[in-house]
Amino acid sequence: MIQIEALTYGYHGGIPLFEAFNWETQPGEAWAVLGPSGCGKTTLLYLIAGLRFPQAGRVLIDGNELKRPRPRSGLILQDYGLLPWASVRQNVALGLNVRRFYGPDGKHAPAEALPPANVDTWLKRLGIDAIAEKFPGQISGGQRQRTAIARTLALQPDLLLMDEPFSSLDAPTRESLQALTLEIKAEQNLSLVIVTHAIEEAAIMGRKILLLGQPPNRQAVVIDNPGSEHPAYRNSSEYLALCQQLRSRMEPARTMYATP
Amino acid sequence: MRRRDLFASVVALALFWQIAAWLVNRPILPPPGLVARVLVEELQAELPGHFLASLWRVIASTVLSILLAAPAGLVLGQSRRLNALFSPIIYLLYPVPKVVFVPVVLLFLGLGDAPKIVIIFLILFFQVLVLVRDQAASLRPELIQSVRSLGAGRRALFRYVYLPASLPAILTALRQSVGTAVAVLYVAELFATQRGLGYYIYLNGSNLLNYPAMYAGIVVMSLLGLGLYFSVDWLEKRLCPWEYAH
Repeated sequence: MIQIEALTYGYHGGIPLFEAFNWETQPGEAWAVLGPSGCGKTTLLYLIAGLRFPQAGRVLIDGNELKRPRPRSGLILQDYGLLPWASVRQNVALGLNVRRFYGPDGKHAPAEALPPANVDTWLKRLGIDAIAEKFPGQISGGQRQRTAIARTLALQPDLLLMDEPFSSLDAPTRESLQALTLEIKAEQNLSLVIVTHAIEEAAIMGRKILLLGQPPNRQAVVIDNPGSEHPAYRNSSEYLALCQQLRSRMEPARTMYATP
Repeated sequence: MRRRDLFASVVALALFWQIAAWLVNRPILPPPGLVARVLVEELQAELPGHFLASLWRVIASTVLSILLAAPAGLVLGQSRRLNALFSPIIYLLYPVPKVVFVPVVLLFLGLGDAPKIVIIFLILFFQVLVLVRDQAASLRPELIQSVRSLGAGRRALFRYVYLPASLPAILTALRQSVGTAVAVLYVAELFATQRGLGYYIYLNGSNLLNYPAMYAGIVVMSLLGLGLYFSVDWLEKRLCPWEYAH
């Protein structure tokens, strides 16, 4: 699905975040990208989303090199992604309106016509149909994130990219949205890449975990997490052991960051 | 504001006026009843023409300023480089009281509506420009990125993000400057014209010494300002409902 070949990327003046970095995912996989702040995980997601471009190397999706955001990739950010002046329903319809605005040109929207998506179906599926006429400023953080997810899913993506989507939510809301995301991922057969700094979230959401460390990242450190597919995984000893392992592997990076 | 409160304030002001008229007891402050009678008479004579002339000047300059300032503000708000180029100029010109340009504009544009429209335009233009620019610049990059990820290019971003985002800024700018605009209109209409409320008020007060008619003119000019202010309010509630929803 995603192929990253010899990627080099950095912000001017700084150490490159990635240097000749390679990484590959298969269709239908759930990936968590885990790392401390400043490791480049959000940048990696933006590169996959086609919102930034490599300084060297290539980012390919389904074998095509990215030149702009790909119509069938959906991006969900932590916050501020909703139009404050549009109701929940209008926000969910936004992507569809943008597509209608351009028509199926293959650039801004998929070239092939997709079956018509129903905004109401997604409002119901995400449990936000009762607040469809409210504005983002009037609803809770969890409801806002449900709106963002509904908006992305209405475009029938095959790849879902999430940047710290649940980190500003309280624990119960976060857990229910994690579960819902995994449920929808399985239901729609999506590929998922979720970026997070939370070890627990990576362990729950990632069937595979890409661990990034202090830049420059040269090699993809991948941790397999087969247990994550079981519903009771959150309470298993396997889960706790993985969290422990991830914590100790992140530790050296963290102490390096702690020095002023 | 509730209608009942509004009505009560009007009654209170009229009462205050009446008492002041009794106390002063001179022709230069006629009581509100007399002014109301004259107003009704004048409304059947020349006053509506003067009112429409003033209204036209305000509306024309408002539309013109929005049409020119809003796109310019959007461009400056989106482009850091252009903003860096223009912001010192705007910074210098923005606080200059535009009313001092009345004689200059009159010298250049002469008689008629044009100089009046241009003066009010100058006031509104900078107000709209600055507020729209700041609004466009304050849009969070996360918002822009996430809308881009939905497939939006430059045109769709303009249509779905920048345009609706600039609406409240435009309305705030109008709300802030509509009072000044009417005040400056009055000054501008003192010169080189025989139409407009400013001319009407001045003519009756200083030449004809018809004080009740002068006050009638003042009332109509106040109503013009108030009406514009209420219109902006109404538009804001209609066009920006999210600002009122809590």
